[in-house]
Amino acid sequence: MKSDLSLNPLPSAPPEIGRGEFILNVDGLVTRLNNGARIVDDISFSIKQGETFALLGESGCGKSMTALSLMRLLPDGIRIASGDIKLDEEDILALPEYAMRKVRGGQMAMIFQEPGLSLNPVMTVGDQIAEALKLHQKLRGDEIRPRCVELLEQVGISDAFRRANEYPFQLSGGMKQRVMIAMALAGQPKLLIADEPTTALDVTIQAQVLKLLRDTQQKTGMALLLITHDLGVVAQMAHQVGVMYAGQIIEQAPREQLFARPAHPYTQKLFAALPDAGRSGQPLAAIPGNVPPLGASLAACRFAPRCDKAWALCHDQVPEWTQLENGQGVRCHLYTSQIGSDKLNLNVPLSPGSSTASGEVAGEEGSDSSLLQVENLQVHFPIHKGILKRTVGHVKAVDGVSMNIPAGRTLALVGESGCGKTTVGKALLQLITPTAGSVRFAGHELIGISARQLRKQRAGMQMIFQDPYASLNPKMRVAEILQEGMDALSIANNSDERQRRIDELLEQVGLEKASKWRYPHEFSGGQRQRIAIARVLAVNPNLLICDEPTSALDVSVQAQILNLLKSLQQQLGLSYLFISHNLAVVEYLAHEVYVMYLGRIVERGTVKEVLHAPKHPYTQALLSAVPRIDGQGMKTVRLAGETPSPSNPPQGCHFHTRCAHAMAECHKEYPGETIITATHRVHCYLAAE
Amino acid sequence: MKQAAHVSIPFYAQNERFSVLNVGVSNMPVILWTDAMIFLLLATILAAALWIRKRPHLVLPWHRVAKGSVGMVSLLLLSLFVLVGLLDTMHYRAALPEKSNGQTVYSAEVLSVFDALAKGIKSRSEKTYSAPLAAYLYAKESMETPDGKILRDYPRLRYGGVHLADPQRELLGDVLKRTVIGALEGLIIGVLLIAVSNMLFHFFIKLRTGRLSTVPEISKDNWIFTFTRAMKNRPFRALLITALLIAMLFGMTINLAAVYHVLGTDKVGQDVLYLALKSIRTGLVIGTVTTLVMLPFALLLGIAAGYLRGWVDDVIQYLYTVLSSIPSVLLIAAAVLMMQVYIEMHPEWFETSAARADLRLLFLCLILGVTSWTGLCRLLRGETLKLRELEYIQAAQAFGVSTSRILTRHIVPNVMHIVLIAVVMDFSSLVLAEAVLSYVGVGVDPSTMSFGTLINSARLEMGREPMVWWTLAAAFGFMLVLVLAANLFADAVRDAFDPRLNRTEAVA
Repeated sequence: MKSDLSLNPLPSAPPEIGRGEFILNVDGLVTRLNNGARIVDDISFSIKQGETFALLGESGCGKSMTALSLMRLLPDGIRIASGDIKLDEEDILALPEYAMRKVRGGQMAMIFQEPGLSLNPVMTVGDQIAEALKLHQKLRGDEIRPRCVELLEQVGISDAFRRANEYPFQLSGGMKQRVMIAMALAGQPKLLIADEPTTALDVTIQAQVLKLLRDTQQKTGMALLLITHDLGVVAQMAHQVGVMYAGQIIEQAPREQLFARPAHPYTQKLFAALPDAGRSGQPLAAIPGNVPPLGASLAACRFAPRCDKAWALCHDQVPEWTQLENGQGVRCHLYTSQIGSDKLNLNVPLSPGSSTASGEVAGEEGSDSSLLQVENLQVHFPIHKGILKRTVGHVKAVDGVSMNIPAGRTLALVGESGCGKTTVGKALLQLITPTAGSVRFAGHELIGISARQLRKQRAGMQMIFQDPYASLNPKMRVAEILQEGMDALSIANNSDERQRRIDELLEQVGLEKASKWRYPHEFSGGQRQRIAIARVLAVNPNLLICDEPTSALDVSVQAQILNLLKSLQQQLGLSYLFISHNLAVVEYLAHEVYVMYLGRIVERGTVKEVLHAPKHPYTQALLSAVPRIDGQGMKTVRLAGETPSPSNPPQGCHFHTRCAHAMAECHKEYPGETIITATHRVHCYLAAE
Repeated sequence: MKQAAHVSIPFYAQNERFSVLNVGVSNMPVILWTDAMIFLLLATILAAALWIRKRPHLVLPWHRVAKGSVGMVSLLLLSLFVLVGLLDTMHYRAALPEKSNGQTVYSAEVLSVFDALAKGIKSRSEKTYSAPLAAYLYAKESMETPDGKILRDYPRLRYGGVHLADPQRELLGDVLKRTVIGALEGLIIGVLLIAVSNMLFHFFIKLRTGRLSTVPEISKDNWIFTFTRAMKNRPFRALLITALLIAMLFGMTINLAAVYHVLGTDKVGQDVLYLALKSIRTGLVIGTVTTLVMLPFALLLGIAAGYLRGWVDDVIQYLYTVLSSIPSVLLIAAAVLMMQVYIEMHPEWFETSAARADLRLLFLCLILGVTSWTGLCRLLRGETLKLRELEYIQAAQAFGVSTSRILTRHIVPNVMHIVLIAVVMDFSSLVLAEAVLSYVGVGVDPSTMSFGTLINSARLEMGREPMVWWTLAAAFGFMLVLVLAANLFADAVRDAFDPRLNRTEAVA
């Protein structure tokens, strides 16, 4: 990985803006809980005018708390203990609250992760922007409305005059985030803090919003503090990067250098933990363990327990901040002591061996017998209207999906949110009754059979859910959770056998036996996902439907779970239907990929065919929208607009409204299937030619 | 029934207030309907406690309750109220001295153990209002002086402060003296009780450790050590201080109540302290029995509506919308009046007036229960609607877990916090509802003492000059302490059961 990157200097760098004076200086910032635990611990950084500084880190590292400290908006019970924050030579921490109100939104603005929650649902968008204008620009009366419209146009909202009179619920997620940005821009801030601005958005929308942020920065010359956990976003946006771990910045460097030569073992591991096709043969370099909880002991290097290069010194002494010659700063003993530099020179390879060769070795066998056959599956939800609740139309969530999963293989279903991926999963499990079609599992038809017959088939097919915090009942202990499926499906009849089975399962997913008497809230997200996996394994399934099982997890933990899924597949010969929007994960784990758009499969084929030689413009757009850490995407295909509503899909090809290559015939009729190779099929007139 | 003849009881009867218990052998126990309900509830709680004791993971949250000072102090207060309520629940009919045909004849008056204990203050009725700790009546009367003149002045009370020769001068000193003596007595008895229980506890600990292992610290092994070790425990300290304070309060009250009316007297001269203490049982019965009636309706219908959706949801929603759009006072009044007429047409059903009053109380609870489930039901339906979309419910569905099992294992435990809060909140509003209904005339039987009737009788006197404030103050004070203790205890229980609030401990 490392050598790879240094060979390819980043081609698509973010635009270099005339960077000027330092706008923001943070020096030795410490933010504590009232009980003394340090949430943000001695953080120093500066941002120049027109520069983007990215704070990168996993959840619980104190990124957001750093941002809230800058705004002085910390929640109750948390306060700034010491340090210095200077915005344009003005000491933020010394300002009285009334002056601070002018700074917030005026000189320093912030946008948040969830645009749906940051807008007031009972005020029109225009009124909300006007509020900011009145406060910070001292505009009055007639001046306000034109400026509002101007701002909305600036953030790329078409028909801005009409949109200004609309309420947030009338806008889509991407548009809400644009409105948030417009509001932030209303005060003409010198510094914009963006706290995970695109995490809640689809990749295509994410690409639009990131581009908007870059363009705006170019126009206004404001500084941008970007908080994110996504290395890809950092690669696209940042000039400077600070890597945070457990409340400290452990490495800081210009982006090019960080990506070329990550210095800190944690940063190196983060890069190594990213899944991609190159590694689909071997396990990912997962970082063992979890991010330490807040207020853990601070006597040593915080990363030492998870670091494979740690030695005695790391466990006794806090490493000092070391400035390397090339402008990179790092907080690691490797760079301060003699033993460290010896170790460095050994240069342990980061990812095992060269990786390109061993692509498709595992799981090649056993692909002949078909485990699950789906023919023309349809799920339509009726739309009721009026007093009599008459059906006036249908939401065609899934509209004729066919698929075929062989035993021991992984089929990935990708697409943007709202395209019906999850509905397919639930319909296969009969959690949602399909409207039409056929689902044959291990030779048995599942649609239309009685509840009792269905129960016999239940054990074979199980589901792993997206959110490990919502998928475990908080009032049940782990043993009870694991036992539930066994009880319901009468597996392992006496209680001794069950307890033995539970121990076995916990071991299989890498948890201690003792954890079976605990409640789910005592576990971290990754551990909870392990419990969820153990729960479904308890009934010996053949097919697991994984509904975005890692999207709620941190990169390092995601690697652990992906490794676990992969090794379980090898040990138990499981098949997976892997529902995901994360193409890198899909590339790593899957054998076959189905791309879904508005309830229909638009392209299918093997991983190589679909992800490396996509034929459908939608697949191409999806792939190019994914921010890559190596910066080498396909030729940029930007998607305009957003997914249309499935209750009223466009005439003809569903995609033609957003497609750059749309032709006359695309408006008329849905394109039929074009067979490219034995496995690669696509629904597009372009490919048919 | 309490207006029993009292004139004949001589003043020295106060010293014999415990004597009634000795007659107990020949008394006939009476179990009224609400008594039965309370005993049933008690038995259920005991059975649940025994069941939980054997399951360590269920005992754990209760250990956490025991570690909180507020929870334990409110539990102590609450258990005092419950104790009074329980004493007042054990009813009997006293045997009369004369026999007919060799058979014992029982008095028509149903007494409770509490009545027997509080016979002193129960029987010493004045003519009308008197202020707390007063020696004179609250109203002027025309009196004939020994020399034949008619004088209009405040007469001396029949019982309150009779032992004083000149109350004008002596009253304050006497009250202070009795207060201090009472407080000291209470303190001494409290300390003695604590010492004795500590020694018993120490003995118990020694017995257990002696059996389990050899104790290395024999030199320190005395009861003082056990005590100092326990004192390091914060909730124990808080509990101890509260217990001593309560003991002092008891000492004072008992000492003063022997010769004064501590909380004054009401319009017909009854001691307000006695009335307030008797009201506790009515309050507890209305609070608990009504909840018991309401809970199954709210829980079953609310969860069924939220989880099953469809026509079940429609039917249940129509039901509670209709029910809650009828003014509840009207509905209750209609039901109570019908029941009242029915009861009055069948006087032969009841041996005693107490049985009739009690049945009326029970029906009031039932009616209140049937009309008050809608609010909680709506809350539970909403919460269930939210829960049923959660992934753990879908995971259970994917396992083919049956609907009833999903409801009991997944939904009910996750809505219990709402139930607990709603029940405690309802407890106070139910006690108040009883007061309102008593005012309209459809509440408890006029002969049943309750906070409602107390407040209702005080209401008229608030406008009078000089104001009669003590009845209302007594009802207010007792209700406040009762409801507050219940609220705080429920809070402590809810916190202890919330797994999210107890991370660190459970890991250990």
